[in-house]
Amino acid sequence: MGASREDVLIMNVTIKVKRFDADAEKPESYWEEFTTEVADNATVLDALIQVREDQDGTLSLRCSCRSAICGSCAMRINGQGGLACKTPAVDAVIDGTITVEPAGNMPVIKDLVTNFDGFWDKINQVTPYLQPQGPEPEAEYIASNESMLHLSGVTACIMCGSCVSDCTVLEVDPTFLGPAALAKAYRFTADPRDGDEDGVSLDRLKDLGQKSGMWDCTRCMACVTACPKGVDPMDRIMALREQAMDAGLTNNNGARHAEAFVELVGHSGSLDELKLPVKTVGIFNVPALLSYVPVGIRSLRRGKLPSLFHKKIEGVENVRRLVKKLEK
Amino acid sequence: MKFAFYPGCVSRGGCPELYSAANLVCDKLGIELEEMPGASCTGAGVLQEKNRLLGDILNARTFAMAEKIGSPIMTICSTCQGVMAQARHRMNADADYLEEINSHLADEDLHFSGDIEIKHLLWVLIEDYGLEKLLPLVTKPLKGMRLSPFYGCYIVRPTEALQTDDNPERKVALETLIEALGATLVDFEGKTRCCGFPILTINPKNSMAMVAKHTAEVKDLGSDAMVTPCPLCHLNLDGFQPKAASQAGRSIDMPIIHLPQMIGMALGIAPKDLGMKRHIVSTQKLELKLQEA
Repeated sequence: MGASREDVLIMNVTIKVKRFDADAEKPESYWEEFTTEVADNATVLDALIQVREDQDGTLSLRCSCRSAICGSCAMRINGQGGLACKTPAVDAVIDGTITVEPAGNMPVIKDLVTNFDGFWDKINQVTPYLQPQGPEPEAEYIASNESMLHLSGVTACIMCGSCVSDCTVLEVDPTFLGPAALAKAYRFTADPRDGDEDGVSLDRLKDLGQKSGMWDCTRCMACVTACPKGVDPMDRIMALREQAMDAGLTNNNGARHAEAFVELVGHSGSLDELKLPVKTVGIFNVPALLSYVPVGIRSLRRGKLPSLFHKKIEGVENVRRLVKKLEK
Repeated sequence: MKFAFYPGCVSRGGCPELYSAANLVCDKLGIELEEMPGASCTGAGVLQEKNRLLGDILNARTFAMAEKIGSPIMTICSTCQGVMAQARHRMNADADYLEEINSHLADEDLHFSGDIEIKHLLWVLIEDYGLEKLLPLVTKPLKGMRLSPFYGCYIVRPTEALQTDDNPERKVALETLIEALGATLVDFEGKTRCCGFPILTINPKNSMAMVAKHTAEVKDLGSDAMVTPCPLCHLNLDGFQPKAASQAGRSIDMPIIHLPQMIGMALGIAPKDLGMKRHIVSTQKLELKLQEA
């Protein structure tokens, strides 16, 4: 634990671990509690290793660098994805207990060890290498310092899977590309050397705009909170959406939704809830519109349907002027 | 106790019962609310996808209006709360950015100082009003009611902009209120997950799967209702629950109530006045429990 201080305090902690063994006769997950003494400067990983060494050598977990660099020890600590080696044990104790589970949205192999095959498949799906188009330059490809500095925020990703563990879309749809792969994709779409001469990665953006891609994110921010390296995967997904709209890829529900939102707020100052879905799915998309009819009828019967005549806010001309000025 | 009141679009559109319940409750508690009739939509994070600067300017405009009133802002929508807190966070951290934003407000003779308190009614009740003042006013403790919390993403994440680490009581505010009002807390992991509303028109199948997952989970735990401070969550969890249940191939029938409706019931306001008849999933069984309480 590297305790060189003389005033190290020792505390008694219960570690509650969700255990599982895929090779067991009856593979079932179950909770097991261990009580151990940890120093006040110990991490959750230190505590787990101590349990493994002193109490149960079969407790399985992955770790290597212990310094938040290798990305091996991602797991859920008190229900929240993160690195065990970066989480101080003192901060994780709730009523004397630290609760530890394997990372979510991945099959568990044993205890805290999960199968990353799906994770890597999705990283591979976004073609994780530069694809310059157009004529080759005479010498090297030039990228500005500024663009590389911006990218360093994304390249800080250590592929630990914490974001994937907590993604709320992956919980219901395993086909979603997910925060790690989409952030990785942004690392290339935002690289001036990728795509055409202007650095626009049109083909990538088209691919990423398909089902299970950038528009399926709910903006729940769970990945932002889970990421131990400040990559902000969701912000990168939002940036992908902006790039796609800027590149003219607006013939989809996601882009129409964002554009209609600006248009409607720019008209009345507040949101017209009846017009938004119509503009999102498209006025000629009869099947999609019909799918809202039962909800509409139920709402109407309960007096919940928003008014057909949407009220404008006071002084709406001020909002209209701002929207016009900033949406050139 | 006075606030510049920001009710948000949905409480005056798809969830009018939230607007009236919040006003009734605040009136009963003596919390004075002054609305800002010129305040615009926050952008709900969607407008920001297309134009973040525009979104921040619109929110700064609202903040400046509240500063003119001279009171902190109170919201009744988790999404408005989060979007406004994020906008404030960006302006607070960058003086040049704040100046740029203020330059757009000058035409209207508005100016935002860079910091303002923005609080959801949920936080106001615990941090400003206080349980010690609220509980003596409870005439109908919610005894026998089993309630589950459902926060809405924007009032939970990101913690920095929401200042949750400085105010840890915010992390358990709903649970605290449920128990303080005499109900039994039926806790579940999904309480801080996504309701699916933001992708309702983009990926309806996933959106419905989220509704079904959360409502069915608390149903199986024996909950009588879910309580939410977010009208967008309410629209999806309540309004689209029949569709979600049919996609999931099971019955769910889980009433979803707005935070002020829960408070209102405990304060003795009739469920009818709290607009419970407007819900898609019937609250009748819940109201029976209230009568028995």
